[in-house]
Amino acid sequence: MMSGPKVQIKNLYKIFGKTPQKVLPLVKNGLGKPELLDQTNHVLGINNVSLDIPEKRIQVVMGLSGSGKSTLIRHINRLIEPTDGQILIDGEDVLAMSERQLRDVRRKKTSMVFQKFGLLPHRKVMENVGYGLEVQGVGASDIRKKAQHWIDRVGLTGYENHYPGQLSGGMQQRVGLARALATDAEILLMDEAFSALDPLIRYDMQSILLELQDELHKTIIFITHDLDEALRLGDKIAILRDGAMIQEGTAPQIVLQPADDYIADFTKDINRGKVIRLRALAANGSGYDGATIPAGTLLNDALQPLAQAPDQTLGVTEPDGRMVGTVTLTQVINALAG
Amino acid sequence: MEFFYEFPSLGRKTISGMKQGVDEAFKGFSRAYGQQLEDFFDPLLRFMIWFEKLLEATPWPIVLVVIGALAWLGSRSWKITVGSVLAFVAIGALGMWEDTMATLAIISVATLLCIMIGIPLGILMSRSDRAQGIITPILDVMQTIPSFVYLIPVVMLLGIGKVPGLLAVCIYAIPPIVRLTDLGIRLVDKDILEAADAFGTSPWQKLWGVQVPLALPNIFAGINQTIMMALSMVVIASMIGVKGLGVPVLKAISNQYLALGLMNGLAIVALAIIFDRVSQTFGKRLQAYRQGGK
Repeated sequence: MMSGPKVQIKNLYKIFGKTPQKVLPLVKNGLGKPELLDQTNHVLGINNVSLDIPEKRIQVVMGLSGSGKSTLIRHINRLIEPTDGQILIDGEDVLAMSERQLRDVRRKKTSMVFQKFGLLPHRKVMENVGYGLEVQGVGASDIRKKAQHWIDRVGLTGYENHYPGQLSGGMQQRVGLARALATDAEILLMDEAFSALDPLIRYDMQSILLELQDELHKTIIFITHDLDEALRLGDKIAILRDGAMIQEGTAPQIVLQPADDYIADFTKDINRGKVIRLRALAANGSGYDGATIPAGTLLNDALQPLAQAPDQTLGVTEPDGRMVGTVTLTQVINALAG
Repeated sequence: MEFFYEFPSLGRKTISGMKQGVDEAFKGFSRAYGQQLEDFFDPLLRFMIWFEKLLEATPWPIVLVVIGALAWLGSRSWKITVGSVLAFVAIGALGMWEDTMATLAIISVATLLCIMIGIPLGILMSRSDRAQGIITPILDVMQTIPSFVYLIPVVMLLGIGKVPGLLAVCIYAIPPIVRLTDLGIRLVDKDILEAADAFGTSPWQKLWGVQVPLALPNIFAGINQTIMMALSMVVIASMIGVKGLGVPVLKAISNQYLALGLMNGLAIVALAIIFDRVSQTFGKRLQAYRQGGK
């Protein structure tokens, strides 16, 4: 079920420098990042970004380093003050909040996982996981109970009394994830959370996250520079460059209809068969009475059934039984070839 | 040509008039407020007298046991504990027990005072660039100005005795703990502070739960330095009437008694080493997580 946006970002600008307000009109008149730096010595962090983040979904924000993605995520819980624009969480304006209200949002509504983990080195795993609750003033025995629950959930049972420095990177990030989950916040901000981990561990952590998400249905905003990660995790993907958003859409949309050469360049080495589902190809009506295949099937998995089907054609059906059209083997092969 | 060979200073009369003006003003201040200041410092004086009496009146075996216990609690090292006790036995055997107790008293009180004032001051400095801008040059002056120079106004105000001695020691010994508290807090990893902020940590929770604990290695280095500097002031403090190991050293200087000077000087060194080792190992033990141990 899609409901209204949980987090709304409206016309957000962030300019770093001495007098950001003064140069803001220049940016609004279309001055780009390199020109702004040349002419005024200000750095354009975010350039007119608007984004509706749906509830209970994973919204990925992708971009190369310097694209402003980490800056963007820090605006949501106001770790960074914007130069102009609006941030709404559940319709409430985050920028209008007092210090105390903001603290309350950070304690109860949002929690965050960091690229460099951000664990407290002088506290044991148990105390790190319970940190958010402790800050809220929850009683010690409740903290213990909840922290233990999340430590078990991320697979760190037995490490409660270790210090973060004694754990590997992957385990430290599990602590970071457990700490973020322990406060029961509805919004999970993940800033390149898995980028510092080696590929196998990263894949594991993605699996843990997806598994937890199946059950918890959090609103997750996930920052990454890795397209594979973005395509695997993202229900929705937004792509940033030089602080501006250049495309927003689902994984297949990004891969099949890249908005410009920059994104096309990004996506050309992707294994499309693992990203695109039949739904994206079938669009020619419901008048087919042969064998069918679910619309959610990945192209890779559809090759064999299609090859064996009569005429190498199958009907495509949504989970509710509705037929959305047909696909042929040639269509799929063409889509795979790009 | 004359002009270039002699610096055109103000006339002698003008200068001596200025000096007299300052002296008179300060004397006036001293007469008007000396008594109030003495009253203000009276509790400190009482505490120091009480502490010194306590150390002197306690039977020496008990003092030895207490020193051994403190060394053990601080360092958890047999070497340091046995070394400390042996050093005190040697000091006692060479007839320096009473002076050592007096020195121990003033050093302990001075260190305590420096910690009580210095750590809050360092925290203040770390939180405000303006405070840092104001306090840093003052600390520079305190550390570099010859001690005798500030002994003059201190003695003029408070006379000769324990309190002026204590103040002189503190003025000299407090800068490192202030500086290192400030430095330690400022050096705490920005990423960790950001994470704390992201979970809605209040400034107070952040200070005591994150910044101060993570600054402890530097704060401890500061305490250690403060103790060392306080000890190095013992001889100068004895010039304005503080009892202790400084008095015989002073006597040795004026009479060229080599052995007396050496003995008492080495006793000060022994105290310094004991304080240093115990406080350092204690500081390290507080940082168990840094060694990757439990």
